[in-house]
Parts: sequence; structure tokens; C-alpha cells
Amino acid sequence: MSQPNNYGFGEEAALLKTSAAKFFAQHLPVDRLHALVAGSHDPNRRPEAPWPQDLWQQMVDLGWTSLAVPESAGGLGMPCVAVAGLMEELGRAAFPCPLLGTLAASYVLAECGDAGHAAQQEIVEGCAVALALTDSTGSWDTASSGMTYEGEILSGSAHFVQDVRKAQRFLVSASGAQGMQLFWVAVEADGVGVESDAIVDLTRDQGRIRFNGVAAQRLGNAGAAALDRAMPALWILLAADMAGAAEWLLQTSVEYAKSRQQFDHTLGFFQAVKHPLVDVMIHIDATRSLLYSAACAVDYEPARARQLAHMAQASACDTAAFSAGRAVQTHGGIGFTWECYVHLYFKRQKHSEVLWGDATWHRARLADILLGGPAAAGSAQGAETAA
Amino acid sequence: MSDSEKRDSAEQAEFRRYCRDWLADHHPGEPTVRLPQSPLEIMTRDQLGYLQAWQRAAYDAGLVGCDYPVEVGGGGRKDCQRVANEEMQAARTPFFPNVIGLGMAAPTVLHHAQDDVKRELLPRLFSGEDIWCQGFSEPGAGSDLASVQTFAEPKGDKWVINGHKVWTSLAHFAEWMIILLRTDKSHKYEGLSYFVVPIRAAIGSGVSVRPLIKMTGETGFNEVIFDGLEVDDRYRLDELGKGWQVAMTTLLHERGAGELQAPRAGGLKSRESHSATARSLLELARKTPRGAGTAADDPVLRDRMMQQVIREEALKENQRRARVPALLDHPMRLPLQNKLLASELGQDTARIALEVAGAAATLYMADEHAPDRGQWPLAYMNSFGMTIAAGTSEVQRNILGERVLGLAKSK
Repeated sequence: MSQPNNYGFGEEAALLKTSAAKFFAQHLPVDRLHALVAGSHDPNRRPEAPWPQDLWQQMVDLGWTSLAVPESAGGLGMPCVAVAGLMEELGRAAFPCPLLGTLAASYVLAECGDAGHAAQQEIVEGCAVALALTDSTGSWDTASSGMTYEGEILSGSAHFVQDVRKAQRFLVSASGAQGMQLFWVAVEADGVGVESDAIVDLTRDQGRIRFNGVAAQRLGNAGAAALDRAMPALWILLAADMAGAAEWLLQTSVEYAKSRQQFDHTLGFFQAVKHPLVDVMIHIDATRSLLYSAACAVDYEPARARQLAHMAQASACDTAAFSAGRAVQTHGGIGFTWECYVHLYFKRQKHSEVLWGDATWHRARLADILLGGPAAAGSAQGAETAA
Repeated sequence: MSDSEKRDSAEQAEFRRYCRDWLADHHPGEPTVRLPQSPLEIMTRDQLGYLQAWQRAAYDAGLVGCDYPVEVGGGGRKDCQRVANEEMQAARTPFFPNVIGLGMAAPTVLHHAQDDVKRELLPRLFSGEDIWCQGFSEPGAGSDLASVQTFAEPKGDKWVINGHKVWTSLAHFAEWMIILLRTDKSHKYEGLSYFVVPIRAAIGSGVSVRPLIKMTGETGFNEVIFDGLEVDDRYRLDELGKGWQVAMTTLLHERGAGELQAPRAGGLKSRESHSATARSLLELARKTPRGAGTAADDPVLRDRMMQQVIREEALKENQRRARVPALLDHPMRLPLQNKLLASELGQDTARIALEVAGAAATLYMADEHAPDRGQWPLAYMNSFGMTIAAGTSEVQRNILGERVLGLAKSK
């Protein structure tokens, strides 16, 4: 199959993206976001992670949380590129909510066959999901996790779980007699204990989950393969979040560079300021072009989705880091303060950058696909093959 | 079936079949001369003659100037040059020698010349019979192009030209030059006018062409001295004093951001030459011994090479996204990045290739042990032509910052 010219980004997708932009701008402009999440500046503050739960309910009612659930399972089954467009707007608003985990879980469940059907129903009914796939070292290799299973009983702990306080269901990977498998667990199930991490990012919450002999619903018998096939979509959606946040950082920096005067000129007059801002724009555009192409591949060219998603995510991580650093630097002294909104996005970008593989890790995986595993260094570090 | 093939209109699909059939029967085959890396490095009459014959054949078959009106020698088609280009590239034909004529002079003449001049000049430009060159830069006017001093003085219904142009690629073969001239010394921008001038006929009597030797050792570009050359007023493009606006048409097309797609063949190179692409970089790494394995095993080099692979893919996807309005914020935001990205990508790919080659990067074209016949150091040196010509990378960043981001104009 080949990709359509317009990435499959049709009228419905365009409408979704513009209405999402309007929704976030209207309901949670950055001053209100700051008032909501940046109440305490104490670096030793306990994790609180306030979020606009009422707005989340509106998003559920709009159907945004079931966009990636196939129509056959009662969802909206929108193309991945349309879902990415929504995530881009969510990133532009630095909106705190469990949408990424819920959408990503939808892609995983879609790969689980009939065994995923009941869980898909719960997403369609409005359940938010957090992915519990990561061990205590924070490994980005999804082939192993810190959990084990015996039959349908889970033990162990999952770490670096995103939006852990906002979710009603956990999608868990665990190792056992039949290799790595996936499980579906309700937050309130007996034996589940959640502890929040104290994190830098004010727009997310993160934590660890302890599973103490928890009875769970097993999602079929081919969990490792299902997760493997769904990872590209997860990377693409996170890349879209970073691209959107980067555009906010760029436009905010550009506005500042147009108004702030020094040496009788606005900052943007000086090439030492202007050229790096242009480079931020170039980074963002590369990321956007790559992520639309990767998203399009998820629907039209699955054999190339993994390779293109590694490219998109590697590019997005670099863009996130660069846009964040330049925005603070361009704003000068004010950019270094708590009252300037830039730090909200700076922190979100630095968080996103290391969530599901950083730029170097994704380039290393891409190299494994294009060049094969390194012969001299040994291929023990998780070489992947082209899907 | 290729991606772009699936997206063809009915006219494009039919034209594509035609191009494919024609190319199957009329491919010029293995070049009879050693070809340079690009048309800008054509050094000998043999190279030029071989390439002109190919351009002539392609024009006669309708593969050149497809989207131009029939009255000026074009094909009168809609968005078909891209199709012809794709088919010629897929068929690995040689490139066209009249690169400045096709890419820059033709769209400028079409938009700004009077009708009889279009009909006079464009057919011979498309066929490659007349090679064209560009007279913009001067010793005192590089990045600050609007400060050109070469002067045109009125004399009856003619103009008399005196001055000095530099970095003029292909001038040693060119019949015609597009030229930016000063017609009024009291206004910087409004004092400029744009002409097309026949230079070859005047060599020795009003025009002299002197080759400049590039850092690679190759020739290919020149300085051109005007000493009282007379040219008809009908060869002025657009109004007197509108030269800067006409030059913008040229530059937009030169930077790949214009509305008319330039005819572009290519792919076929001599056995000795190749392109500085990420793919050829990976091939070089696979065959370069390093320790017990190859350079392709080195984790640092792997990371650097993947950065190039990703940049190359992003540039390709930018060009695709530029045609999807729903995914654009500003109409010129992607087109104006094209030249900057392509030139810096090529430069960095060649630079990393030299790192990959290691000690063998010292070897040049005459050394039989040189990797890829010494093409990487050649490509690296030539890449600076691309980041300097047609507005340096620094100028490109000013343009993007000012026209797209709306930042204050730098001096």
C-alpha cells in the first residue's frame, strides 16, 4: 500500500484539529493553566498534579478519547494522522490530562483481537487509561517490565507511569510462563497501590504502581507482538505533543522578540536572536513533516511505520530540547522566572523528551533497522528488526 | 506503482505513460564522456555537446517545458513537468546542461518579457541550443545584491552596459545572460532594471569572459566584464526601475520556491561520480574497515549518519507537506526553507562522509585508492558553493525570520 498525497489528512481531520485548538484556547488559556498548576513554587513540594477534570469530561463527551478505537469496537476509528493533529493541539496547550495514555492504549488493544474488546468498550464509555510498561530503571525497551504474572495474578511494580492519578484503568505488561503478556486492571482492584513521583513537569503526573497479587484480565496470548505493533503510534502521538508545544514556545519567543527593545532595536533585529529562532522553526517543520508521514504509515504502510516513527520521535526529541532552551534564552531574565509562562512548556518538553526513548535511543534503533545491529559492539542492546 | 503515480490526475497518468514509453526507446545510454557532478561543473565542449544533444531530444519529445504555454514553445500542460522529471529520474537519464536557463531564466522571461521576446528566446532555451547564465553578483555586491553597480546608460532605443559581474556559472558556454543592472544611481532598489543580453555574439567586442578556478581545481564559473556592450530596449524585462521585483522572481525559482517546476532530469552519472546522499553515506560506512568491523559498527558514526538520514527524509516530507494546505501555517514557511535545508544537508552529509572515510579522506580524484574515486572531498568542497550561492545560508535565515516569523529587518 502506498501513502495518499495528503497524508490521509482529510476534512474531518482538519475540523478536529481546528476545533481542538479552539477548545483548548478558550477553556484553558496559558494564564489559567499557570494559575491551575503553578500554585506552589516550592521545589520540595509534594506531588499534587491538579488538572481540569470538568474539561476532560467534555473531551470524553466530544468523543476524543475514543478516536483511536476502531469503529468495529464502537469507537470513531479516525486515521492516526487525525489523532496526531489533535495531540499537536493538546501539546500546544500543554493540557494536563490522560489523553496520550488512553489513545495509546487504544492502539495496543486494537492489536489484541477479541481479547481487547471489553477493554475497548470501557474506553468508549469514558475510562481513562495509564500505561504500566516500565521497570524501575526506566528502560525504554518494552520487551521487559518489572511485573510478573502467574495465571491472571500480577505481582511486582511498574514505574514512570504517566497520569497515574488521572486514570481509571491500567494497561500492564508482565513476564511469566508464556513470555511477556498484557493485562487490564482497574485502579480500585484489590492489591493495587499507587504512589506519586515528585516530578519537575507541572502539567503531568507520574508515579509507581505496586501490584500485590492483583487479579487482572489478560489481553490474549500475544502481548509482546501486540505491544510491538502499537509502539509506533504511541511514539507518533508523543512526537505530535512535542511539536505542538514547540510551536507555542516558538511563537511566544517571536512575540517577545518583536516587542522587547534593547540597543534601540527590537530583539528580532539582531541576527544572534533571529537565526536561532529560524532554526527552531526549521526543527519544528521537520518534526511535523516526519510525524504526519509516520502517522500516515500506521494506516497505509504498516511495514514502514516503525522506521518512520523512530525518525519522527528522534526529530521531536531534538525539537523539544531546542525549542525549550531557546525560548528561555530568548526571553532573557524574565524567561528565567516562575511568573513567565515559558517554564510550563520548558518542563513539559524536558519530560516528554525522555518518556519513550530519547533522540539518541531512537536513532540507535533506526540504525539497527537500516544498518543491522553493530557487529563489533555486539547486538545485545535490543536490536529490532523492521516490522 | 510509485506513491506519486497513485496521485496522478488523468492528464498526468497519460503523460506519465507517454514519458515512460519514450524513455524506454530513447534513453541515451552510458555516457560517452566523463560527466561532472552537476551542470555547474561542465568544463569541456565534449561534455556540453553530449548533454545538449540529450536535452534537445528530450525537448523535441515534449519532456521539457511541459507546463509552459504552447505559444512560447512549451507543452501547454498542467503540472506535468513534475511527472516528466520523476520519470527521467527513475530512468536515470543524464542531467540537462541548461540548468540556469530552465530553472531561473525561463520563468523570469515568461513572467516579465514582452511577448515577441518570449517567442524568440524560450524555444531555444528549452532545446538547450542556447545556454544561459546569470549576471547578478559583482565584486562589490554579494549578499547585498541590490548594491550592484554595473550600469546601463540609455542611447537612442538601446542601452550601453559597462561593469563587472562575478561567479557567473556557464558564462563560457552561454549565448544569453539574465542580468541585473543599475539604471539610476540615486535610488538603491528603484534604480535597478533587469535585462536579457546576448553575450556570446559580443565576446571580444563589448564582453569578455574570464574563467575563475574553484578551490576544487575545477573551472565552471567566470567573471564577465562589460565594456560598452549595446543591447536593444526590447530585451528589458518589465518596467524601468522594476529590476529588483523581477530579480525576486528569479531568486524564488532558484531557491526552489517558485510556482513553475523546473525541468530536471538526472540520476545517470558517469561510473566515477555519485551524489552526496545519506544512502551513499551508509554504503561508504559499510565498506570502510574500522577496527574488527566497519565504520557502520561505530555507535557515534551510526548516530551521526542517522541524523543525516532523518534530515533527508524530513526535507522530502516538507516538499510533500507544502502541497497540503490544511497542514501549513504560512504559505511560504516551507518553500523558503528548501534551499537552506538542501544545501546544509548536502554539506553535512559530505563532511560526515569524510569522517567515516578516516585517513582515506585525504585521497583525491587521481588516486586509485580514494574511496568513491575521491568524490567525497570534491562534494564537500563544492557544497560551499551551494551554501553561498543564491543567497548565503545567513541571508536565507534573515529572509525566513523576516518574511515568515515577522521579525524586524536586519541590516
